[in-house]
Amino acid sequence: MPEFTGYRRDDGRIGVRNRVAVLPTSVTASPIAEAIAAEADASVRATPHQMGTSQPERAREQTERTLAGTGRNPNVGAALVVELGTETIDADDVADRIARSGKPVETLSIRAAGGTRAAVDRGAEVAGDLVDEVEAARRETADASELVFAVECGGSDATSGIAANPAVGEACDRLVEDGGTACFSETPEFIGAEHILAERCADDEVRERLLERVDAREDMAALMGVDMRGAQPSPGNQEGGLTTIEEKSLGAISKGGTTPVRGIVDYADDLPVGGGLVLMDTPGYDVESVTGKVAGGAQVVAFTTGRGSTTGNPIAPVIKVTGNPATWDEMASNMDVNAGTVIEGDSLSTVGDRIYDTLLSVADGKRTAAERRRLEEFAINEIQPNELAELRGEAA
Amino acid sequence: MKGAVIDDVALVMTDDDTVATALADLEAGRDLSVDGVDGCERDSVTLREDVPFGHKVALTAMAPGDPVYKYGEVIGEAAAAIDPGEWVHTHNCESRRGRGDVQEGEA
Repeated sequence: MPEFTGYRRDDGRIGVRNRVAVLPTSVTASPIAEAIAAEADASVRATPHQMGTSQPERAREQTERTLAGTGRNPNVGAALVVELGTETIDADDVADRIARSGKPVETLSIRAAGGTRAAVDRGAEVAGDLVDEVEAARRETADASELVFAVECGGSDATSGIAANPAVGEACDRLVEDGGTACFSETPEFIGAEHILAERCADDEVRERLLERVDAREDMAALMGVDMRGAQPSPGNQEGGLTTIEEKSLGAISKGGTTPVRGIVDYADDLPVGGGLVLMDTPGYDVESVTGKVAGGAQVVAFTTGRGSTTGNPIAPVIKVTGNPATWDEMASNMDVNAGTVIEGDSLSTVGDRIYDTLLSVADGKRTAAERRRLEEFAINEIQPNELAELRGEAA
Repeated sequence: MKGAVIDDVALVMTDDDTVATALADLEAGRDLSVDGVDGCERDSVTLREDVPFGHKVALTAMAPGDPVYKYGEVIGEAAAAIDPGEWVHTHNCESRRGRGDVQEGEA
């Protein structure tokens, strides 16, 4: 059984990084969180985001769930939640939800601390103390079955569906066979391929939920009276040879491999450990989608790209895989795995092995290109007014 | 790679496919040998225009409204008559899905 080493947390989960997360509850607290992370130790990471101080209830719940889930991610050893102090999201609530995983959590109110300068100073001090606490953690051996592996695609072109995605899919199949969890998302990119996923659902309940989510995402186009063709495939996808959303979807779903779909969870909801292939209902926006899966507990992400991408994440290492030999050459400093060799004759299984090995070595501590360059984006999906109306049953 | 590579420069994912994906920048006038592809009626297809890397070329004739197959699945429909050897892309192939504009027109 493949193994790696990681940091065992009190809730039993295993982290592949030992971060202290600084989580702002709003856009207002975000620059303070960033300043705290900049002043503190290198293992401290902020998750600045764009959400406001008062959101509609469903949107607020999603923001809170994402922040709490990010703090609970096993790559996080301790967390500091920062608020201005006037938000509808209460830092103590987020902290309580994180504390249930047994890790140290502190809160900081910018108002109570006496303004921004004082808050940054106080925050850096608290973060420093948390670093001291998490540094006691030592890597120990863990089983591949304890990995939750999120897969994402962005900047797709025709090589994504031919090379990078099916090769990452092979790695997902190997992980699932070894007892782990693989997760892909981006529901708009199931459109036109949902019949294939539906056939693979483990039971009728999962199948119905999956088809409902796909309908809801497709209905959004109708609800807004828009033609998805302008955005899906994107202009970049189109330059890369992708003509329709169906074509993009058929290529996109291959990154999850071929095993049964065991379940589908909400955006940023907890992903099971040892759960097989589980889908998450996320939008097609790459960074928001990655954030959702990391909040769900994914420790490592694979990101396939044909046209190129620089994306990373503050909490989980992101392995960049390209199936386009030109992109491998042109963006070598941002890529980790060359799946373009498939086009030159390598079998998908050979490249799949290489990706699985990379997953295990990255879990074991090897830094990804995005980590080496400190490319770390974080964005929370905002539920849009039309979606809120739909959720309330008030669709036009 | 899954599927069949033809002449080292194009990929047909399944025998049901009506398009092949260019694995290199292909120039107009070039012949592609397709006699190994079951779903293809002819032995070779002559490219009627340049087809860039990653883009698709028609292997069969399609009438407007005909389904276009890649991965053995429908990826859209022909929006115009397409001759074998033509570049297939957004100018002559349309999505059937996520068409809020069409649905609004029907409402």
